[in-house]
Amino acid sequence: MNKPDKIKWTKKHLLGIEELSPEEIQIILEYTERFKEVLKRPIPKVPALRGKTIVNLFSEPSTRTRASFELAEKRLSADSLSIAASSSSFVKGESLIDTVKNIEAMRMDMIVIRHASAGAAYLVAKHVKASVINAGDGMHEHPTQALLDIFTIKEKLGKIKGLNVSIVGDIAHSRVARSNIWALKKMGANVTVCGPKTLIPRQIEEMGITVTCDLKTALKNADVVNVLRIQLERQERGLFPSIREYVKHFGITKETLNKFAKKEILIMHPGPINRGIELSQDAADSKYSVILEQVTNGVAVRMAVLFLLNSSK
Amino acid sequence: MKKFKIKSKALDEAGIKRTLMRISHEILEKIEGKEELAIVGIRTRGAYLAERIAKNIKEIEKKEVPVGALDITMYRDDLTEIAEQPVLHATDIDFDITGKRIILVDDVLFTGRTVRCALVELIDFGRPASIQLAVLVDRGHRELPIRPDFVGKNIPTARSENVEVRIRETDNIEEVVILE
Repeated sequence: MNKPDKIKWTKKHLLGIEELSPEEIQIILEYTERFKEVLKRPIPKVPALRGKTIVNLFSEPSTRTRASFELAEKRLSADSLSIAASSSSFVKGESLIDTVKNIEAMRMDMIVIRHASAGAAYLVAKHVKASVINAGDGMHEHPTQALLDIFTIKEKLGKIKGLNVSIVGDIAHSRVARSNIWALKKMGANVTVCGPKTLIPRQIEEMGITVTCDLKTALKNADVVNVLRIQLERQERGLFPSIREYVKHFGITKETLNKFAKKEILIMHPGPINRGIELSQDAADSKYSVILEQVTNGVAVRMAVLFLLNSSK
Repeated sequence: MKKFKIKSKALDEAGIKRTLMRISHEILEKIEGKEELAIVGIRTRGAYLAERIAKNIKEIEKKEVPVGALDITMYRDDLTEIAEQPVLHATDIDFDITGKRIILVDDVLFTGRTVRCALVELIDFGRPASIQLAVLVDRGHRELPIRPDFVGKNIPTARSENVEVRIRETDNIEEVVILE
């Protein structure tokens, strides 16, 4: 027998990468390939989740993630609806638990939630019978983003193990960074984080990664650079002196890449990009940039996750 | 889960080979529009049998036939009922099926539910001129109005029994056995 006919997927929720085993991540990556093939068919839709109802509860702004989840749900033939915080009872002061309990009373099978507070998805999972997917909780985790990032890396470079991946930008406030570090470490990559000292959490090296405040060090030997969005509101709080100062030291441009990095370094960004700040125009649109492919892969990754959680025992 | 033991052997290696060759000849004999012929196997074992039939046809006709493999897991209607999840294998159809005369291949025809899924999935790839069904074994007990066009061997079975087609690619042996 070359491969077993059955798998045992037991996870009911996807709350963070931290709790996934490398084998589970591997299954998600394999299934993502299957769903990527579905998306290339003349009719890019399968009946796998027919009759299931999914709610997307987004209490923070989002274009990419929400559209990606909605599309993944439609491609799997689930019925879904999306609730944005601004137009929901959140603004009337209803608690998160009350909101999800009410949503569940309408017989939802899965809840996709984005929330400004770390741990929100965990809290919801404790209170409902539905499967819960974390679509970003505060500064904690954004598991599907990390999964689509490592899928894209594997697709482009053929592997993850042994690669040098540098994450550059605001590490401290980034759930994308945290989920990526977990995913990359579990899959055997060497991770370096780089940014202004004030934007790097203390003791983060305990996750088994290299920390540097020098962009040259971060780019040297890197196979992949994942550039994070600089949240402009952070600067107002004095975490770095000025945008100009940030761009000078940490901005990724054609020029810095030519000077410090391997020629074929893969450029990634979770979006939305502040063009000309963390990433220059020419670097964002260069031929080694896979930013739009990340977005394409996002739909397939989310289909894989929804499919697996729905079949969990 | 019930433990099965072998009751009898229905086909051995030579038997499987002979049967597949006969099916290949029958397909060529009966199909209208040989130029549009294409073979699609249902994973796992049907896909390997499809490749063998395509190889036979190539030997007979000296012409390449397009072959594809279909994984029906995403189309199954019993995913929430079964105890273990089946592995999602790759579906691989790299030719346009529109206008093709498709021979759908599976190892064992039983309730007909797998074939139903395969038909629904196949049609999502395009509009073939026709789809016909070839199976190595028909063991009866249909639950849907589905019948095979090419049958290797009819094996009457009790519902409680099981028929297993074991082939080199997946099982390291070539035989068809009835289990009870």
